[in-house]
Amino acid sequence: MENTRSMARIIVVTSGKGGVGKTTSSAAIGIGLALKGHKVVLIDFDIGLRNLDLIMGCERRVVYDFVNVINGEATLNQALIKDKRVSSLSVLPASQTRDKDALNKENVGKVLEELGKTFDYILCDSPAGIEAGAMMALYYADEAIVTTNPEVSSVRDSDRILGMLSSRSRRAELGLDPIKEHLLLTRYSPKRVEEGEMLSVEDVKDILAIPLLGVIPESEAVLKASNAGEPVILDTESDAGKAYQDVIDRLLGETVDFRFLVAEKKGILSRIFGG
Amino acid sequence: MALLDYFLRKKEKQVTTASKAKERLQIIVAHERNNRNKQPDYLPQLTEDILNVLRKYIHVSDKSLSVNLDKKDGDLNVLELNIELHDENNAS
Repeated sequence: MENTRSMARIIVVTSGKGGVGKTTSSAAIGIGLALKGHKVVLIDFDIGLRNLDLIMGCERRVVYDFVNVINGEATLNQALIKDKRVSSLSVLPASQTRDKDALNKENVGKVLEELGKTFDYILCDSPAGIEAGAMMALYYADEAIVTTNPEVSSVRDSDRILGMLSSRSRRAELGLDPIKEHLLLTRYSPKRVEEGEMLSVEDVKDILAIPLLGVIPESEAVLKASNAGEPVILDTESDAGKAYQDVIDRLLGETVDFRFLVAEKKGILSRIFGG
Repeated sequence: MALLDYFLRKKEKQVTTASKAKERLQIIVAHERNNRNKQPDYLPQLTEDILNVLRKYIHVSDKSLSVNLDKKDGDLNVLELNIELHDENNAS
């Protein structure tokens, strides 16, 4: 098994807490890696609550899903949706109605092994929580992008997920090298940090003690992007789009300075007159 | 008003909510990590007892035995004993 496994990098995007930006980040990172010429497949592990298709803008092209493939009702090729913008990117949607016990280690492992023959990157968009679905999404991971908001409950849940990564994954069970962990801080507001109202990057790094992959600023561009089904990384003028671009470069081994960590300075007039 | 706020803010260097958040998180996270890695209290004594039994039959050093309790999926706990034997032991 170990030898036949391909060299595809399996990366789980996880968080514990819901609503912190896992799917937004998965979509952006998937597109970003594919734009760099890599073959990427994005898998939605949120069985029953499919959403990656919407964020990717391919919701009307879903015919078969992950569970159909698992049950042998469709082949992988039938279920994979090729992205219309970047041809080296495919999406494997979650099922909308089936029960979430459809996935188990064996059948998920087989699908990942099959995908590993074709793709360079397998990105697993995890459901929230620490139930079976989230455990399945992280089980085979080589790397984990722990998506965290600078907020107490999100940080605490991220720490719990870090515990799961180091005890419940395949790498942990087989005693292999541990999963490589990355911190992705999202919805960051430098202004509120400066005002002492929000945990800073350094605070979160201190607590979670894992390497920082990126800081995505709180941005209006994110909602616009999901409205349109165009992952925010395609909005190359936006702060969030640029921040995700930096994430891609770091994932590919480059050293890139962190941007958007300080609030834009107010002019003297607005300082005096407020607003 | 903004002007007034600006000067007043410089003076008051009070505890921010962010620093409260950090402090609370550091405590709770450390506590939860401790529980995560916690081995049962009886483990050192168990290790000692097993060593004593082993010593009735073979020569083992303190370091040649490791005892771990692992939590697997669901309710399954695995007690793992690892005993390292050296060649001289096999000979006797």
